[in-house]
Amino acid sequence: MLTLHCPYCGVHADETELASGGEAHLKRFGPGASDEDFEGYLFMRENPKGVHFERWRHAYGCGKWFLAARCTNTLEVFGTYPAQSTEPPQHVRDAISAKRPGWTWREFS
Amino acid sequence: MDSKFGDIFRMKRYSVFAVAREAARYHTGWQRAWASPEPKKKYDVIIVGAGGHGLATAFYLGKNFGITNVAIIEKGWLGGGNTGRNTTIIRSNYLQDPSAALYEKSRSLYETMSQDLNYNVMFSPRGVMMLAQTEHEVRGYLRTAHANALQGVATRFIDPAEVKKLVPIINIHGPRYPVLGALWQPRGGTARHDAVAWGYARACSDMGMHVIQQTEVTAVRKEGNRVVGVDTTRGPIDCDKLGIVVAGHSGVMAERAGFRLPIESAPLQALVSEPIKPCMDVVVMANTVHGYMSQSDKGEMVIGGGTDSYNAYTQRGSFHHIEETVRALVETFPMISRLKMLRQWGGIVDMTGDRSPILSKTPVEGVFVNCGWGTGGFKATPGSGWAMAELMAKGHSPLTEEFSMFRFREGKFIDESVAAGVAH
Ligand SMILES: Cc1cc2nc3c(=O)[nH]c(=O)nc-3n(C[C@H](O)[C@H](O)[C@H](O)COP(=O)(O)OP(=O)(O)OC[C@H]3O[C@@H](n4cnc5c(N)ncnc54)[C@H](O)[C@@H]3O)c2cc1C
Ligand SMILES: [Zn+2]
Repeated sequence: MLTLHCPYCGVHADETELASGGEAHLKRFGPGASDEDFEGYLFMRENPKGVHFERWRHAYGCGKWFLAARCTNTLEVFGTYPAQSTEPPQHVRDAISAKRPGWTWREFS
Repeated sequence: MDSKFGDIFRMKRYSVFAVAREAARYHTGWQRAWASPEPKKKYDVIIVGAGGHGLATAFYLGKNFGITNVAIIEKGWLGGGNTGRNTTIIRSNYLQDPSAALYEKSRSLYETMSQDLNYNVMFSPRGVMMLAQTEHEVRGYLRTAHANALQGVATRFIDPAEVKKLVPIINIHGPRYPVLGALWQPRGGTARHDAVAWGYARACSDMGMHVIQQTEVTAVRKEGNRVVGVDTTRGPIDCDKLGIVVAGHSGVMAERAGFRLPIESAPLQALVSEPIKPCMDVVVMANTVHGYMSQSDKGEMVIGGGTDSYNAYTQRGSFHHIEETVRALVETFPMISRLKMLRQWGGIVDMTGDRSPILSKTPVEGVFVNCGWGTGGFKATPGSGWAMAELMAKGHSPLTEEFSMFRFREGKFIDESVAAGVAH
């Protein structure tokens, strides 16, 4: 079972305690955006076999949203961090680099 | 069918006489069902993925369009993806017209598939029943039944008494979710999933096509924006046209070809019980409680479970889904509470936003994609291959028109999230 550490209340929560919220760090496009940007925002998800960044909610705990870096192939968790972050913090990037040298995800590496 | 292997590989027909002949000589004369050739330098068409859909595409390229210089390249073993992992439910009671056309074409091809392929795929049109266990579901299925009537798909809404008559082991007075009726498709059913892949592989091989297993396509080679070939773990191979038919790995392959798809991949699970005596001779799907069940010829109860709610490529899925699925089914089928479950497995399903597939040209010239069947593409195997072959041979097909990968940009969804209901 997938276990994630909630960065707010510090609980190591089982996945049955969590709700997944899809891809993290989405750039939102609205009225006035190009068709391509709007389509990308609404439908084109990252679907990597490897390093991935996601939104999760500690639904049956403190109820707060947070972000997680995870490997979709091994289910390894590299780290979790607060939802207010606009990009993955350095310590999470370092944790990924230690295990997946040369990783990239969208504009991050 | 003409064989390009010469006499050694010309496929002898399976028949009752063949069984008698082989019985008389201790079964020493059976041929290999398909060849394992060395890859050529170039093919007219390369199909990536020897699942049912890839093999069916190749089969109809040969049968309907005479294109036989074809290779089907598979990184594992043929049928080892979702084709060999699904719960084999076949039905065509979808809501939207483009889906009904494609799924009903497919269902009708299953009716004669064993004869067409000279291979017993054990198509069993035993009837598929989708239970209505809330008022909303009753209304939803009445609507589907009316839509199906207009589409020429034979379904009807039946009452709880008829449900009980068809499925005596069901508890129609469940405390939380009583059975209020069902959408019934008498010519839906099941087929042997492996046999579908094997039958197509044998027929493709017999037409001179190359089924190349244990070979991964690692890159798509282009000149300008046109495909010229692929790199594989056994070296480069050239082609004029490329069909990507890799289900859960569609996102990975699209990236290798240089475009993006509106697809997310997640594990879907199934499980089977110990074999028991025949107790249920139709397929039952219970969408509200999220479970579905049929009985295999061996007597095992075949049970479909849930999809993980997050992206993953592990072919197993989270364990708690099994508990949820079985807990729900026990309420509707109390007798299964004593059953031991034998095995559980998972496959990686490719989900689109509108729960409908993609059969489409791509931003790369000469590259076509067939994916997004998600939790329910086994039933579509022959129809998908038929339509994809026409798309690849002619550049367009009436069956695939609405299923373009560009429909999302235009907001032209084929919304089947209700008809798709549960994973099936
Ligand atoms: C548990 C479960 C239950 C299901 N139940 C049903 C059901 O009851 N009814 C129904 O209609 N559908 C059902 N489905 C869905 C159905 O199984 C699929 O939609 C369908 O089988 C997809 O077939 P395919 O040929 O497209 O994919 P697959 O059979 O997955 O074939 C794709 C192939 O591509 C290969 N591949 C991937 N990448 C590469 C590469 N780079 N190079 C070479 N080869 C590659 C893979 O190894 C694989 O063999 C179920 C699925 C699951 C997982
Ligand atoms: Zn918390």
